[in-house]
Amino acid sequence: MLRFENVGMRYGIGPEILRDINFALEPGSIHFLTGPSGAGKTTLLKLMYLALRPTRGLVHLLGHDISLTPRSELPELRRQIGVVFQEFRLIDHLSAVENVALPLRVANVKQSTIDAHVRELLVWVGLGDHLDAKPPTLSGGQQQRVAIARAIINRPRLLLADEPTGNVDDRIALRLMYLFEELNKTGTTIVIATHNEALLQKFGHPVLRLNDGELDVVAGRTERLEAVS
Amino acid sequence: MRFRADLPFERDQATRFVPWIVALMVFLGALALAAATAVGGAIDRWDTSLTGRITVQVPADQAQPKALARLVDTLVETPGIAKAEALSAEATRALVEPWLGALDADLELPLPAVIDVETDAGATFDVNLLTGRLAKITPGVIVDDHRVWLLQLIRVARTVEWISFAILGLIGLTAIAAIIFATRSGLAVHAAIINLLHVMGARDAYIAGQFQMQAMMLGIRGGIIGSVAAIIVLALLTAMSAGIDVALLPSATLSPTQWPLLVTVPIAAVIITMATARLTVLRALAGMP
Ligand SMILES: Nc1ncnc2c1ncn2[C@@H]1O[C@H](COP(=O)(O)OP(=O)(O)O)[C@@H](O)[C@H]1O
Ligand SMILES: [Mg+2]
Repeated sequence: MLRFENVGMRYGIGPEILRDINFALEPGSIHFLTGPSGAGKTTLLKLMYLALRPTRGLVHLLGHDISLTPRSELPELRRQIGVVFQEFRLIDHLSAVENVALPLRVANVKQSTIDAHVRELLVWVGLGDHLDAKPPTLSGGQQQRVAIARAIINRPRLLLADEPTGNVDDRIALRLMYLFEELNKTGTTIVIATHNEALLQKFGHPVLRLNDGELDVVAGRTERLEAVS
Repeated sequence: MRFRADLPFERDQATRFVPWIVALMVFLGALALAAATAVGGAIDRWDTSLTGRITVQVPADQAQPKALARLVDTLVETPGIAKAEALSAEATRALVEPWLGALDADLELPLPAVIDVETDAGATFDVNLLTGRLAKITPGVIVDDHRVWLLQLIRVARTVEWISFAILGLIGLTAIAAIIFATRSGLAVHAAIINLLHVMGARDAYIAGQFQMQAMMLGIRGGIIGSVAAIIVLALLTAMSAGIDVALLPSATLSPTQWPLLVTVPIAAVIITMATARLTVLRALAGMP
């Protein structure tokens, strides 16, 4: 699904923020990505959703070596990745429906198909009463659900979430985690960046841990239990 | 006319002046094109109306019928001359009427005699040589070749025509520069949303298409404003020049067939605006991963 080999990343002529990153995500897996603030979690996610090119190393995504893939083929790959941004990045002048429809419009999906799917999904995430609301009129939690709906509207094979529980209270954070697990059960590969240790403990999924620019992969609790028994 | 853009163009500051730039481009462009076509048309008419004619003036004291007849004979025998005819006294008076007013036929004003000469098409003359030959018969004759001053006039008119086209081109270039600037600032203002669309898997053409549609709206708005202004000014000019009796120069206004040509100016302006916006965006996006 996704594999990094000796990936290094620096911004401009700055220091190398990520060094020798090696890991692979199996299809259908779910991982936490953690590390202190400024460790490079967002940067690593950006490399995963092809918003950045690594300064060195190889990124393999869905069977493509990204460095060898023509630029014209990258949009197709990006459409198979859903991203929930830390600050949501909703477009203020578009309604909830239009925001969620964006990934489909960008992929030239028929308007009739878009209408049906988008409304259904917004109802599913509990925003049936706010279909035509503009993001600024929605609460933080509601905005986040719009952002999640937009990330999953075209059934991505890889879902990336950047600190989705950072700005919401614990109850909503838990509900969010259950939602991600639901999506994971349908086969979506998921990476959730968070520095919430309690959440890591509670859910026990395998962890990609960034420290000092290097990445350790820590097996999840369920996997460890299986290994013991 | 509205389209639903992903990008909030309505709030842009930089694109606000684009319709006015396009309006100015269309206005000046239409005037320049009108000037060029009108002058071009006039040149064509001058070309045909005034070639092939020479006049020979004979001083009044030399203008006895016998001398005139000999001059006419000599002229007719000259190769390249098709016809030569001494004008009657009345015709001569009519010729000077615009300058001297109606003359009393009885008034013994010493008017020179005039021989109207028609040349073969395309024939060229050495005016000095012809003058010399005629002066042997009658001293003091003057050979007037209209084509000399006409050619100068046409040369000036051609220059005016080319300057008009050059101005048209400069206006186009200036407008393109302004649209590039406005589009770049639009790219900067909307960088966050453009980035978002990009990571969602939008192709460059999709994002460029949004800017292009926006440019089309602004271009059409500007094209209409500029066209209306140009039509008003040109109609006024045409009406004014119709009131003047231009005795010497063929009129330099637009003919009914030349008016539709001006429609190409706003259409070209809208196309230039769209293409400039599109190419500017595509160039900028090519730098994204
Ligand atoms: N666009 C950028 N240009 C330069 N430096 C950046 C940029 N984005 C992030 N950084 C730097 O990279 C480091 C890692 O940032 P980030 O990936 O946002 O970490 P995290 O998400 O783990 O907090 C930080 O030191 C940050 O200052
Ligand atoms: Mg971050």
